[in-house]
Amino acid sequence: MDPVAKADALPVRGETDVVLVRQAVRTWSVQQGFTLVDQTKMVTAASEIARNTVLYGGGGTVRIEALSDGGRKGLRLVFEDHGPGIPDVDLAMRDGYSTGTGLGMGLGGARRLVNDFRIDSRPGQGTKVTLTRWR
Amino acid sequence: MERIPILRMGNFLLVTIQVDMHDRLAMQLQEDLTSRIAKDQARGVLIDISALDIVDSFIGRMLADIAGMSRVLDAQTVVVGMQPAVAITLVELGLSLRGVRTALDVERGMQLLEQSIGDQTFATRAHEDDGPGGES
Repeated sequence: MDPVAKADALPVRGETDVVLVRQAVRTWSVQQGFTLVDQTKMVTAASEIARNTVLYGGGGTVRIEALSDGGRKGLRLVFEDHGPGIPDVDLAMRDGYSTGTGLGMGLGGARRLVNDFRIDSRPGQGTKVTLTRWR
Repeated sequence: MERIPILRMGNFLLVTIQVDMHDRLAMQLQEDLTSRIAKDQARGVLIDISALDIVDSFIGRMLADIAGMSRVLDAQTVVVGMQPAVAITLVELGLSLRGVRTALDVERGMQLLEQSIGDQTFATRAHEDDGPGGES
């Protein structure tokens, strides 16, 4: 596991929380010295996953971790919910696939915006999405 | 309830998005704009997003939907002022905003609107001139 220099947790229960998560991720990305483009990518990825947590996961939490590995700095976001889970993760990752009202770009799109993307989902238990981006 | 203001300028409606929009506010704007296009008989909509520091798939879809709905209501939409970092992220996310016309700033956006509406008027007139008994 990468060394965590600092961490915080936020609720992701409603659409106002999605805005607050975006703002927090922006602040932390700036603190980690991300370029404007990298900040924008991280905030956008966070927005996609936070919305999924609210809409499909029935709400949950996000843990924000500032990573510091020698000279390397990064940011990790761990979104967790205890919703119904995703029955077919491969299908859900596919661009254009959506069970809801969205565009179906959320999961696949978020994966392209970060360096490391992990998803762990169990039907009936919930979903955990981990996004990591390095400076 | 919180709302994004819509200004009227001649035949055009002007919207400047200056807040970090939550999803409901975006839906509200979509509704407000379509009813204003009909009520004011607007021919063009200009949406300034220069203050937006991200456009995710939801906001991207809202912009595309507004463009589509206004087209059906016989109005043109131009989105202006997208920040370069937002544009880079949007394309990487997988959204190309197909069907949404863009311009660098408000001034160029206005020119684009005026031009396209002028072209349209001209095309309609030219068509009428070709019609039966249209000789003058």
